[in-house]
Amino acid sequence: MESIQPIKNQAEGANCCSAGPGTDKKKITARQLAAGLLGLAAWYIIYKELLPFSYFFSYGLLGLEKGSHLGEAIQFFVYDTPKVMMLLTLIVFVIGMLRSFFTQERTRKYLAGKRETAGNVIAAMLGIVTPFCSCSAVPLFLGFVQAGVPLGVTFSFLIAAPMVNEVAVILLYGLLGWKVAAIYLGTGLLIAIISGWIIGRFKLEHWIEDWVQELRSAEVEIIEEKLTWTDRIDRGYEAVRDIVGKVWIYVIAGIGVGAAIHGYVPETFMASVMGKDAWWSVPVAVVVGIPMYSNAAGIVPVVEALLGKGAALGTVLAFMMSVIALSLPEMVILRKVLKPKLIAVFIGVVGSGILFTGFLFNLII
Amino acid sequence: MEIKVCGPGCASCEKTQKIVEAAIAATSVDATLTKVTDFQEIAKLGIFSTPAVVIDGEVKSVGNIPKQSQVEGWLR
Repeated sequence: MESIQPIKNQAEGANCCSAGPGTDKKKITARQLAAGLLGLAAWYIIYKELLPFSYFFSYGLLGLEKGSHLGEAIQFFVYDTPKVMMLLTLIVFVIGMLRSFFTQERTRKYLAGKRETAGNVIAAMLGIVTPFCSCSAVPLFLGFVQAGVPLGVTFSFLIAAPMVNEVAVILLYGLLGWKVAAIYLGTGLLIAIISGWIIGRFKLEHWIEDWVQELRSAEVEIIEEKLTWTDRIDRGYEAVRDIVGKVWIYVIAGIGVGAAIHGYVPETFMASVMGKDAWWSVPVAVVVGIPMYSNAAGIVPVVEALLGKGAALGTVLAFMMSVIALSLPEMVILRKVLKPKLIAVFIGVVGSGILFTGFLFNLII
Repeated sequence: MEIKVCGPGCASCEKTQKIVEAAIAATSVDATLTKVTDFQEIAKLGIFSTPAVVIDGEVKSVGNIPKQSQVEGWLR
């Protein structure tokens, strides 16, 4: 047997296309299960010891002074790097397994029968778990149109898929706590649902390129894979090898930058530029974020450092969402199937949603 | 034998192409390999997730990277 090829995908870390199907009809053995549980226990024990270890390493082993710039920076780095990597590995594994249940074919078939509103909600949620990358956005869009999924529902999916990124959620949870992660997840979903719903109201089907319209009658080739649990576990391993293998360098670089800001930049430095009082910082953050195309893994540690230095949560969230959800390269690809007007509407609606989120959180937190 | 690898040129598609090339070499069948990158053309084949492999007009895999052993099976 050939070894399974690791899948390459876009920098954002989303799973582009699922890997080769397996045909083995094996069941999970008791031994596999035991090994899994043992691994999980070891993971937990190590995870718990990371913080004490970082203190021991920086202030005990290296003998750095507590509260010194270098000491703070190094402790931050030594704690956050393994913590984030461990969280990432575990969650990516679980999501990799989960994703084997949500193929694009299944999602498409499911959404085709849904009406708007309920369809928008379901599409946004499926956007989180269905394998997706910006290079597969166009074929996926075509498939949705072909299957007769309403345009607004399709957009809910297209917005949620990159914006509510599992890597970003994990990192936010690991670095900033579950509240910020939940806010990000919740508002991201809401923006996708509402934006898609609005686009659906506008009835903009005629702004899809003409050749796409003609696809409605086309025949679709569907090859369903039959997967066993062993295959799904393999998918989990592949996802880890693939996503973690690709983003670790960004994570370390991001945490490095974060550590430097953490240790050296004065506490209130960001408050004047990105603080609550600077209302204009929200739109600026969104506009600056559009041409930037970073993956979630690289940007979250920077976000953490910015927040720690007095930047307002709303502004930072707006910046992050803009970077992840409104990317120039994706627009260029979508241009092949959408007329420019529809792309403008897309950017306008999603951009407004992000702005709103930014202002809202600056106001209430 | 006429083989088409469909995909807009993302990393997964490149990988698929390499696997197909390797499979052709391994089985030493007489085959021409073409790469289809145009979305319109891909959609016409009825394919809506990439990468996909088409052999003599028959769609063999959609939306995933096949294993080399699989591709060799299709070629034989």
